[in-house]
Amino acid sequence: MKSDEKQYELKIPSQTDNLELIRDFVSKVSAKVGFHDDDVDKIQIAVDEACTNVIKHAYDKEGEDHIGIIIKIDYQKLAIIVTDRGKGFDPKTLELPRMEAYLAELRVGGLGIYLMKTLMDEVNYDIQPGVRNEVRMVKYLLKDKNEKINFTSDTSQ
Amino acid sequence: MTGFEVTQKMNQDIAVLYLKGFLDAHTAPDLEKAFKDLIEEHKYNILVNFFDLDYISSAGLGVFMGFIEKIRENNGDIRMSNMTPKVFKIFDLLGFPKLYRIFKNEQEALTSFTE
Amino acid sequence: MMKKHVHLQLPSHTDYLDVIREFISKLANEAGFDEENVHKIALALDEACTNVIRHAYDGGDEKYVEVEAKVDRRGMTITVSDSGRGFDPDAIETPNIEKLLAQHKFGGFGLYIIKTVMDDVNFHIEPGVRNQVQMTKYFKKS
Repeated sequence: MKSDEKQYELKIPSQTDNLELIRDFVSKVSAKVGFHDDDVDKIQIAVDEACTNVIKHAYDKEGEDHIGIIIKIDYQKLAIIVTDRGKGFDPKTLELPRMEAYLAELRVGGLGIYLMKTLMDEVNYDIQPGVRNEVRMVKYLLKDKNEKINFTSDTSQ
Repeated sequence: MTGFEVTQKMNQDIAVLYLKGFLDAHTAPDLEKAFKDLIEEHKYNILVNFFDLDYISSAGLGVFMGFIEKIRENNGDIRMSNMTPKVFKIFDLLGFPKLYRIFKNEQEALTSFTE
Repeated sequence: MMKKHVHLQLPSHTDYLDVIREFISKLANEAGFDEENVHKIALALDEACTNVIRHAYDGGDEKYVEVEAKVDRRGMTITVSDSGRGFDPDAIETPNIEKLLAQHKFGGFGLYIIKTVMDDVNFHIEPGVRNQVQMTKYFKKS
């Protein structure tokens, strides 16, 4: 691990009554590393959605297995990795769709993943059904990756 | 919500420290600094008001241990007041009442310095 | 009956003590402990983690403190682990505050507090490998 990176881990049973604990944990850590309330809220909702997907779809029964939540932070970004070892899904079926199609189909995890992509700066998947499925979401501490450079440029326009 | 704050007010020659929030190993250095500042200014009569303190761990108790000798050597004292039962229990558990005078309210504590 | 097994790993730094306390307080409250016992559990965990953060390692953020909490029908068991230098659990005694002050020793309260506020406390020390403090609070003290 790089020395400027900090890591936090939470492993918790896959059940909806743990969502509040997860949200609180993630909010506290994000606020501590310098995200504004607005971004803390976004991160919190995105993680809630990712964990809800695991609870509802990855395992057959609530509480039968665990969700892993890993938060990695360096000076410019926060990455949250939500893992399970359940049945997985095909990320290709999760392309951003027309909303009406979703609502008609109520496809697995559809709305949640739409939200995650909207709220976070990057969302990626690595799916190995039964072994390890992960959703990796990134939020940059600076508004965008180039802001550091733009910051010193002329803003008087 | 979970932070710690220490504010200071002079009442004649007695420095009153008001503690607020959560005093743990992370926030203890803030209280240490408050004591250091008082000692630097030669203010040795110190009353600590715990009214708004929600939480204390042994790291917080350690701060009071760290300064009491120096302060008493200079004819001063650290006295305490307005502890909630929750906070008092921890002080009591470790035998602090044997070593420190703890008062119900600020007025009683202030008066005790004139005795 | 609620059964739960939770695992938490955070950088070994005092900055996260409030996160840890809030997390365990919520869990203990959900499990059915009253306010007084929730406070005792949070305090014991704070003390155990503070010991790790202050004494187990030589500093640096790359070390971790691990917290594991299990809730079953009897109560809640919390295990705090580190891979630092360890300590001698037999050296814990009831602190004599006057003696400590005379000796200029301001520590040693933490483990005493843990033993006092929890129902059951066990240590497993393997310096540099794995040191564990395991503490249990029962729903009804027997």
